[in-house]
Amino acid sequence: MTRSEATVTDGPEPTTGTPASTAAPAGDITATMAPDGSPWLLEVRGLTKRFPGVVANDNVDLTLATGEILGLLGENGAGKSTLVKMLFGIHQPDEGMMWLNGTEIRPAGPGDAISRGIGMVHQHFQLVPPLTVAENIVLGAEPRKRRLFDRRGAERRVREISERYGLEVEPSDVLGDLPVGIQQRVEILKALYREAQLLILDEPTAVLTPQETDELLAIMRDLAASGVGIIFITHKLREVLAVTDRVTVLRRGRSVGTVDTSSATTESLAELMVGRSVVLRVDKNEAEPGRVVLDVRDLEVRDDRRQTTVRGATFDVRAGEIVGVAGVEGNGQRELVEAITGIRPIHAGTVTIEGFTVHGHPRSVREHGVAYIPEDRERDGLVGDYSVADNLVLTEYHRRPFAGHGLRHPDAVDHLASELVERFDVRTPGIDVAVSTLSGGNKQKVIVARELSEDKHLVVASQPTRGVDVGSIEFIHNQLVAARDRGSAVLLVSAELDEIFGLADRIAVIYEGRIVAVCDPATVSREDVGLLMAGGQPSEPVAAG
Amino acid sequence: MRAEWRQWVLLPVAAVIVGLVAGAILILISGDNPLTAYGGMAEGAFGSSDAMSRTLEKATPLILGGLAVAFAFKAGLFNIGGQGQLLLGAAFAAWIGFDLNLPMVVHLPLALVIGGLAGAALGAVAGLLKATRGTHEVISTIMLNFVAANLTDWLVSRDGPWKDPESGAVARSPQVLDSAALPRLGFLPVGFLVAVAVAAAVWWIVNRSVLGFEISTVGHNAKAATYAGISVVRITVVAMLISAFLAGLGGAIQTQGVNGRFEPGFNSGLGFDGITIALLARTNALAVVPAALLIGAMDAGSTLMQSRTDVPPEIISVIQGFILFLVAAPSVVRWLLRLREDIGGTKIDLASGWGAS
Repeated sequence: MTRSEATVTDGPEPTTGTPASTAAPAGDITATMAPDGSPWLLEVRGLTKRFPGVVANDNVDLTLATGEILGLLGENGAGKSTLVKMLFGIHQPDEGMMWLNGTEIRPAGPGDAISRGIGMVHQHFQLVPPLTVAENIVLGAEPRKRRLFDRRGAERRVREISERYGLEVEPSDVLGDLPVGIQQRVEILKALYREAQLLILDEPTAVLTPQETDELLAIMRDLAASGVGIIFITHKLREVLAVTDRVTVLRRGRSVGTVDTSSATTESLAELMVGRSVVLRVDKNEAEPGRVVLDVRDLEVRDDRRQTTVRGATFDVRAGEIVGVAGVEGNGQRELVEAITGIRPIHAGTVTIEGFTVHGHPRSVREHGVAYIPEDRERDGLVGDYSVADNLVLTEYHRRPFAGHGLRHPDAVDHLASELVERFDVRTPGIDVAVSTLSGGNKQKVIVARELSEDKHLVVASQPTRGVDVGSIEFIHNQLVAARDRGSAVLLVSAELDEIFGLADRIAVIYEGRIVAVCDPATVSREDVGLLMAGGQPSEPVAAG
Repeated sequence: MRAEWRQWVLLPVAAVIVGLVAGAILILISGDNPLTAYGGMAEGAFGSSDAMSRTLEKATPLILGGLAVAFAFKAGLFNIGGQGQLLLGAAFAAWIGFDLNLPMVVHLPLALVIGGLAGAALGAVAGLLKATRGTHEVISTIMLNFVAANLTDWLVSRDGPWKDPESGAVARSPQVLDSAALPRLGFLPVGFLVAVAVAAAVWWIVNRSVLGFEISTVGHNAKAATYAGISVVRITVVAMLISAFLAGLGGAIQTQGVNGRFEPGFNSGLGFDGITIALLARTNALAVVPAALLIGAMDAGSTLMQSRTDVPPEIISVIQGFILFLVAAPSVVRWLLRLREDIGGTKIDLASGWGAS
């Protein structure tokens, strides 16, 4: 399923080429020096890690100076996670060496890495919600007083560190009550409490609102200024350009180059990552909106805690147009989408799809021609232990030709799966492998293939490119536009303004469960949409479309 | 394909061997010869056609108890109520067996089906509570075990409706009629054949049917099942119903094929052996049969072992406990036998029945 090399036009040579292979015998290899003559904070040379069937890291080189922010870029499956897991001692390298401040290290496990001053903030927080901020931070290395936990001492230490690095938290707050952005600060403080000199941030902005992201980037700059070296893993090129000093790009397990951020552009980084020119702007024609397909009137929906989070939303989506719902996460988008797709009960108001009134029952909604790309693909959209083939028929398994008289027809399933894998360019070793073994972008392609392989009246796509590599983003965007052009109504919910502005024909801004404005992306400014998302009012009234 | 097969077989076999070795050490410590003891056990289980029959008879309810647990596991449910469902099935099968007078082609299947349905009714309570009120099935099925035990006690007690009038002070039902009894073909009890056929049917439902796909989708990821349009409520109830039917059927076969009547408190703990067997079989319905035969053989051979040596039959429970422990903690076996990480196949997610979901 690998793309043949002939179709790939390689990107330009990186400004700083990777050094030639380390031919010297292992015993003689020593760490090199940073430009200022001191040892690098971290140096990685020739790191190789093989898993059964794949070389996850192939001779990877990387350097990081004290006080530097290094971006680590790469598509999903390029080997970023494997690399940092080796730094943090979760995996052990098969070949290659690592030096920390000129001393060779080979972390045996996370505990070993932490004691050497390496801290890692995982994408999924490793925190205990019922405990306080201070308790979470000191957990495992608690200050003691007469053999008992010294709560006051812990809170004092946490306050000291949080002031020193400008990371504001209240040590006595219960963690579970705090917003995600603050919880992430607690994760960073946890590493700093353990005196990390090297901080690895694994896609830290994936869970943050735009405002929280800005705050995090500012924090990273402050931390670097106080001498911490940071490895910043992200897919978002704009963030890399905004905050890093240098960028190392991985592609298919190899480090294909390290560039100075000052000389890089979004386009040049994207090319390095994917190995070919990437169209970041979506090419699309003017929409030709037809009849109203989705009609949402005064909709009220409650969340899992029985709080009303969608509070009287009213909007519509027509055939042949993409309506983008822009909003800061947590303003009712999730509940809105789940109510439209029948997964969550409607508390008040109506949702009508082509004249069909939605009353729960996800299956009857699907049967009325609705495709749904869910926000949390691992949780809602896939069964990880199932094969790629079974996941491709997850919503159609009970229909002909995939089943009849209560029996499944595996041959028909395999036939369709082979065809879809080909058509949607899902990179998988086969249709029988468990879908959980695929990269994030390919998992999403499985969902897109399943949902968009047939024409539907309505396509609901929630965060369709979150955590997905650049190459797959382009592909998914094109698929959504193609669905629109074939006459589907498309409802796109995204926390990325770039995505909304790139795809949407109309923008509906959601704030506190209401659609506060519907605007034309050609005439409205990003700033005004941002202001509306934050609950403000632009000085010029925005025309409702 | 062969490598995969090895993965599935190696770990349980290794667990059994390690369990037997641990048992041998205990027998040595208690001053007996483990070879004599195990020899007696083997002879008592396989040494004669009577011994073979006994092993197969012991294995039969174990197969159904194991299937009940394994099937519920597929839907992410932990049915600990096998014991109660089995008792209810045994009692109702006995009632049909002694109270009605019908030709065998109707009588025997009717008794078995009614027994299964009695078990299913008990399971349905737990399934409905789980699906509608979120009551955890581990709690409700344990509680329902007490309900079933006391209800069946009463049914055949002095004041109960199904008491054998000729038994005096003994609480038991009358003998089931011949037309409702499971016969024996030579040394082969027909009940065992029924159990094997049911195991094949369960395997087929799980792996080939639309229902099986829905059940395992719910078991693997209930959120994704909802997304796919599967009613988690319906599947939870159906899975619990079928699981409990299997346990009830096990009780019915025990009554019609072995005991010949219902007596309270017979083979207590059988429902719990089902958990051992389901885990030993790694929840594969076909593998439940050999797993149940193994446990059944140990039980059948324990009497002769005891008469040959001074080894108490409780040592069998100790060995079975060891095996369960080793199957549930495969890393111990891997460490003991220096097996590679990937041997042992995918783990059985015992926790899936426990969380908040």
